[in-house]
Amino acid sequence: MAKVIVYPPTSMILSDLVERMGHKALVVPEAVRKLVTANEIDSPPLNVTPEEPKKGLRYAAVDVPSGVRGRMALIGPIIEEAEAAIIVEDPGWLTGCAGCSRTNELVRLLIRTKGVPVLDLSYPTNDAEARVFVQKIRAFLEDLL
Amino acid sequence: MLVTKYVITSSESNILPSDIAMKIYGSKYEVLVKETCFGVVINGEEEVINALIKEIRALDPAGIFIKDRGFPPGDPRRCRGRRGGGARPGFYMIESESKMLPMISRALASKGDIPAIPEKKKPLPIKRLEEIVKNGLS
Repeated sequence: MAKVIVYPPTSMILSDLVERMGHKALVVPEAVRKLVTANEIDSPPLNVTPEEPKKGLRYAAVDVPSGVRGRMALIGPIIEEAEAAIIVEDPGWLTGCAGCSRTNELVRLLIRTKGVPVLDLSYPTNDAEARVFVQKIRAFLEDLL
Repeated sequence: MLVTKYVITSSESNILPSDIAMKIYGSKYEVLVKETCFGVVINGEEEVINALIKEIRALDPAGIFIKDRGFPPGDPRRCRGRRGGGARPGFYMIESESKMLPMISRALASKGDIPAIPEKKKPLPIKRLEEIVKNGLS
């Protein structure tokens, strides 16, 4: 079982396909859960403490907008943990944790420079493309076993 | 550790969110269930949720999708009832991907050869454009 990071990191389809094929999908909601459900909430309501921007500084400089550093505090540790990656470009809709274009550029860059196996795809627009999409993911994940 | 998962059904699936909720109510598992328009949100101990997910998936293996959620169901920090209405940020992602689920379901259920797809037209390379401009001007 490999740890596979998916991009967009909030994608339902990608995380489901990864888990369905017996691997562990690394996604943002898990990182969010650790913060918001911690027993000791230091900084309600979301428990973002001064430690989070410090974690973000490992991936982005201090003059980078705080939104990027804050997001990287969640996504950066996930990237470090990843053993493989599936990147789907140009979804055309990204919101919430994945709604910052500069963060997304940095995330893709860090994944590519990490040196793990990466599968690049586009979201399907018809049935034939969907079959190829699923088949490529299946073949990629089977090779990781 | 308590975990929360979304169970989302494809719009072409014969399984309704209420069917999943009833299946969970009738199961031996102690989990919290919240029924929504697109599926259900379940919350419980990690091992319990993982075992339950296997049973839920068996209802329609190609038509049911699972996604992690950070906040517990009904959490006042996310629940729109407490925030004065409006969808929470993560809903838009689910809404957008839900439109694709029927295609993905059919792809998961399909067997046989994968159709060949013609390569998409790529933009004109800059060098080729320069050649065209030079030839046109000379």
